[in-house]
Amino acid sequence: MWIKARFCGFLSGEILRIYKCLNFSTFAARNYYENFSVRQNQPNLKKPIPLAPGVRCAFFPVLLLTSALSWGQGGELVKLDKLQQIIQDEKEQIQVINFWATWCAPCMKELPLFEKLTANRKDVRVLLVSMDMDMDPDVEKVRKFVVRKQIHSQVLILNERNPNQWIEKLDKNWSGALPATLVVNNKTGKRKFVEKELHEGDLEKLIAAVQ
Amino acid sequence: MKQFILSSLAVIILIASAPVKSGYEIGDTVADFKLKNVDGNIVSLADWKDAKGFIIVFDCNTCPVSKKYNERIMALNKMYASRGFPVIAINPNSPEVSAGDSFDEMVKYARKKGYNFPYLYDPSQKVVSEFGATNTPHVFVLNKAGNEMKAAYIGAIDDNARDASEATNKYVEAAVNALLEGKAVLITKTRAIGCGIKWKNS
Repeated sequence: MWIKARFCGFLSGEILRIYKCLNFSTFAARNYYENFSVRQNQPNLKKPIPLAPGVRCAFFPVLLLTSALSWGQGGELVKLDKLQQIIQDEKEQIQVINFWATWCAPCMKELPLFEKLTANRKDVRVLLVSMDMDMDPDVEKVRKFVVRKQIHSQVLILNERNPNQWIEKLDKNWSGALPATLVVNNKTGKRKFVEKELHEGDLEKLIAAVQ
Repeated sequence: MKQFILSSLAVIILIASAPVKSGYEIGDTVADFKLKNVDGNIVSLADWKDAKGFIIVFDCNTCPVSKKYNERIMALNKMYASRGFPVIAINPNSPEVSAGDSFDEMVKYARKKGYNFPYLYDPSQKVVSEFGATNTPHVFVLNKAGNEMKAAYIGAIDDNARDASEATNKYVEAAVNALLEGKAVLITKTRAIGCGIKWKNS
């Protein structure tokens, strides 16, 4: 079912983007690549490439495939112990874990900040942990949202009921209010937790504080 | 010397301006307040001469979790107001940050939902800061001891935002029932997924 959702989102979002890139200008195509290479470790293309129509057609499936790979690792359902394991096991990168939900308006406002981190900081791993299951058991709704918004950060959906039993286990300072963000560095053992909507520059400060 | 005075001043200012984060804990005496109700009247706890306690709910117009609990909060008032524990709802959100929580919008919302309890406006966020509420909906059950109102339960209404009929722990009901029977409240603090309070200048 969610493969279908992923595929549909793919058609609506990525094809349109690729179509625009290939047809309208080579400059746009270059932009697409540059945008893309940040996520895929591909070398930046410095000069516009003049593409013949035939080549453009050949590019289409390639781009389609690569963009599918770049699309957010979206929406794995996890139990609390799995989530804790994932957070514990990361020994190299600093982790920025954002607790959010599709219904949370301030979460939507700060989402681009996390996406920017995913694109720009190789030393940071962003995890967007959805709390949607608490109010609505429709997993597909969250997965479709991830596709529609073209989220590239890793998304996990916490599959737990009875929040009073587990909120404290994620962070003792968390009341359960959304949005909330936890920054963890397992190398230094430092962690920072904030329970508010973040603004430009806040994440960088939190990351610096755990280094 | 001048430097010392200046730096001491700076420290004092820093300490004084630090936001009070703690709020009330279980057993703390709750200070009375004066806030404007959606009907235009100013309301304080002292207005209820016969109250044995209160169910104070920090709640708002805009939070989807709050919306899930509207009916449950009205049911709590229906069940307990006549037995000495009326519901008082307080909107803690800054209307500067959340336009949907302005006084006019509160009046409309209370009318539309048919609220059977006061719905108070706290635009300076003084009362919510004193209580230390963090999210909506966030409940403080108060119990009268002598002439004082003391916090007896702080947290969620129940353990199931999704569906009231599936809730296995009705925390607020259990707390008020215990107080009515003169027993100790078993679960005094809980946490729930909710909407963070919209603080001004945050």
